[in-house]
Amino acid sequence: MQWRNTSSHYGLISIALHWLVAMAVFGLFGLGYWMVGLDYYSSWYKTAPDLHKSIGILLFVVLIGRMLWRWISPPPTSLPGHDRLTRLGARFGHAFLYLGLFVLMLSGYLISTADGRGIGVFGWFEVPATITSIPGQEDVAGLVHEYLSWALVIFAGIHALAAVKHHFLDRDRTLVRMFGR
Amino acid sequence: MLQKTLVALALGSALLGAGHATAADYAIDKQGQHAFVNFKISHLGYSWLYGTFKDFDGSFSFDEKNPEASKVNVSLNTASVDTNHAERDKHIRSDDFLSVGKHPTATFASTSVKSTGAGTADITGNLTLNGVTKPVVIAATFIGQGDDPWGGYRAGFAGSTRLKLKDFAIEKDLGPASSEVELIISVEGVRQ
Repeated sequence: MQWRNTSSHYGLISIALHWLVAMAVFGLFGLGYWMVGLDYYSSWYKTAPDLHKSIGILLFVVLIGRMLWRWISPPPTSLPGHDRLTRLGARFGHAFLYLGLFVLMLSGYLISTADGRGIGVFGWFEVPATITSIPGQEDVAGLVHEYLSWALVIFAGIHALAAVKHHFLDRDRTLVRMFGR
Repeated sequence: MLQKTLVALALGSALLGAGHATAADYAIDKQGQHAFVNFKISHLGYSWLYGTFKDFDGSFSFDEKNPEASKVNVSLNTASVDTNHAERDKHIRSDDFLSVGKHPTATFASTSVKSTGAGTADITGNLTLNGVTKPVVIAATFIGQGDDPWGGYRAGFAGSTRLKLKDFAIEKDLGPASSEVELIISVEGVRQ
């Protein structure tokens, strides 16, 4: 397998980025869902949100890299068996996943930085606060973050189901392409 | 001439009457914000955490000669809680604590005032917080009253009371040292 994408196959970098982001998104959802219900005396009460925020910031960097790579090395063309509606659906679906992820990460950032505090990333560096004056910022951003996270994991689930449908019902290469075949 | 004298007398007695201490109504100085509803709660038993409610309004009536006839009414926007930490404030507004979505307003309405000494009184009243109404007693201290430099007349009080979180349906366990919160109130009223 080569690094770059070709017109018919995904390359190693795109595949690695895809699965890395998938793991991070589902992992962050699970971590976020779990941490907000933690007992105050849980040893994870402070560390889980720190982990959630640190991974979230790193995911943002990875996602920027993924967009750049998409531009440097465009993904393979649609499979010949896909009709116009399938192509359009895939295009809008993927656009929603990207856009949704960016808005989700932005809303998370706006919660934690609403009072001017920065976000420390594993103690390596700190992302400073910028916007702090949206009325009720932490509450509004919190609602967006909560609802959008559900919308996004459900949509990512549909995205996965669609790939499985392509594999078993349409019997095309959609799913296996993401494994480098 | 006689008429003028009568008018002058009537005016004079009216002014004197106003100068006497009859029960007067005061509005909490919200515009100048010389009023605070603060709270403090222990953190793990190691330190005090202070917070404040930024948005509230109310009124009281007060007669220095007859303090037991005084009345207080305060209404407070629970979402205006501020503890100098956005994530914590968001948590306090959530259903773990104040449920501000369901219960956006907290109120206090006095039912009786009992003098406990020179310038001190126990103000009993109904506190509605987090959807629960319970009688509480605020230990209040009269601080001072008089003309302000801008043509008004002011009176001010401080008071405090302790609340068990559980009494107001706040079930989140913050540890054994943090089951109670102290409400600390300082208000200045402008006579209406």
